[in-house]
Amino acid sequence: MKKFYVKLLIGILIFTLIFLVLNYFMDTDVINPYKARIIMLIGINIILGVSLNLVLGFTGQLTLGHAGFMAIGAYAAAVVSVKLQAPFLVALIAGGVASGFIGMLIGLPVLKLKGDYLAITTLAFGQIILNVINNIEFIGGPRGFSVPPKTTFIWVFVFTILSYFIINSIIKSSHGRAMVSIREDEIAAEAMGINAFKYKVMAFTIASFFAGIAGGLFAHFQGYITPNIFDFMKSVDIVTSVVLGGMGSLSGTVIATTVITYLPEGLRSLSEYRMIIYPILLIIMMRFRPKGLMGTNEISFKGIQKFYKKLKGKGGKNNAAA
Amino acid sequence: MPLLKANNLTIKFGGLVAVSDFTLNMGDNDLYGLIGPNGAGKTTIFNMLTGVYSPTSGDIVFSGENITGIKPYEITKKKIARTFQNIRLFKQLSVLDNVKISFDYQTKYTLAEAILKLPRYFEQEAKIAEEAMEILKIFDLQDKAEEFSENLPYGEQRRLEIARALAARPKLLLLDEPAAGMNPQETQELMALIRFIRKEFNISILLIEHDMRLVMGVCERIIVVDYGKIIAEGTPDEIKKNPKVIEAYLGEEN
Repeated sequence: MKKFYVKLLIGILIFTLIFLVLNYFMDTDVINPYKARIIMLIGINIILGVSLNLVLGFTGQLTLGHAGFMAIGAYAAAVVSVKLQAPFLVALIAGGVASGFIGMLIGLPVLKLKGDYLAITTLAFGQIILNVINNIEFIGGPRGFSVPPKTTFIWVFVFTILSYFIINSIIKSSHGRAMVSIREDEIAAEAMGINAFKYKVMAFTIASFFAGIAGGLFAHFQGYITPNIFDFMKSVDIVTSVVLGGMGSLSGTVIATTVITYLPEGLRSLSEYRMIIYPILLIIMMRFRPKGLMGTNEISFKGIQKFYKKLKGKGGKNNAAA
Repeated sequence: MPLLKANNLTIKFGGLVAVSDFTLNMGDNDLYGLIGPNGAGKTTIFNMLTGVYSPTSGDIVFSGENITGIKPYEITKKKIARTFQNIRLFKQLSVLDNVKISFDYQTKYTLAEAILKLPRYFEQEAKIAEEAMEILKIFDLQDKAEEFSENLPYGEQRRLEIARALAARPKLLLLDEPAAGMNPQETQELMALIRFIRKEFNISILLIEHDMRLVMGVCERIIVVDYGKIIAEGTPDEIKKNPKVIEAYLGEEN
């Protein structure tokens, strides 16, 4: 327990430092506003990625409607902040809660299904959510909805770290172990006293909650939202980043999301060719590392220490040979 | 009071009667064997006792409580645990985590406590880790606690499955062909292990097995099923001499 608080303190110190450095660079224009926006987008996408990983990677349930929950969060947060004039934090939480609640309602019938059937049903629900939003005049329908740009770097930064930390805590707990056991073998998990359905709904609800938070941040980042931002392709993007990073690896998701969000911008100089390079990279990745960048491993201080020791050990041997 | 009473269990799949009128009484600390030719319905009986299938008719009473038709995870909470014919470990999890999962239903902290890292989370997790390690020690798997369970040799995987079932703290343990794929040496060790866990954990055991040496060696009573019906019941010596059993296994003399 003591060890945990020491770690927590070190973590807070490190992240505060990273934040201050990045913030300083943004203020002094070393990181120009364009790049700053990419960094913020990366943060929002990381929240989406790690939350989906809880369902897809850890609980092993293939869902294709994550962008739909992002949409619910985005619109709910926007309504609360524009129509009710509530503070930004309240709007974000409202977005998360609305999305989590609807996620639970959808999850209750849908999570009785498995595999391909679940994927198709969640895809359909994603589309239903968009169609519903398209037909509500109150929030602009297909014309879109104007939102004050309240999302600043610190909001994204804090919520990204918090989401990661919370989902990581869930995975390390008995509840998280139960979720992973469902991914590994649902029949065996049930025989060991795990209520698989309960844990699936739990994972799905939590993931929807964080997708909603990410949606709220995105709405106030973009300044103007239309339903088609949150279409099927957005869901696929999130799934791609989870699969590439490694299903069951949060740090893998962070790395993959960063790369995938940055790549289209970074390759901009290649103009049209980037649309060829990007898919080819994906194909190569899946051919040679089908488990994703990290598999189910995580980057940790311990792991880095081990790796460093191994490296040193190897170096030592080479020296001896020389 | 008997521990387990299964009364006239019958299950039909469409028109097929897989098991009919299966009746079983087990007391505390009994060790029974369930044998029969392939396809006789042994695993189906297990699946009914553990809630995977709900019997078409008949009922199951465990510790004086009617548990007919309740879900598998609820059965485990009522203190019945099982292993599987084809090993079903959580392959991509460490050996220790495999055992820890059985503690889930006994865990007393909430998700919020885990996220906020309140003291009870640390207390409970430490307790779970300690108890899980103790069970691993009994099965001589403590040195492999951090390894993925899929990397264990076959015999150890079988042992881990029994360890995982015992971690759920059952009063009745159902073993589905625990000796399948083991060599004679490993089977001998398994027999000693079965006797040991029955004494150490003070539980009843019902096992399905094809290895007659194991069944005759450890079981006190044996139930023989064929075509879904009980054809004989008795001590190993009685079963060995029973003409119906011989007929079921070897065929009729013409």
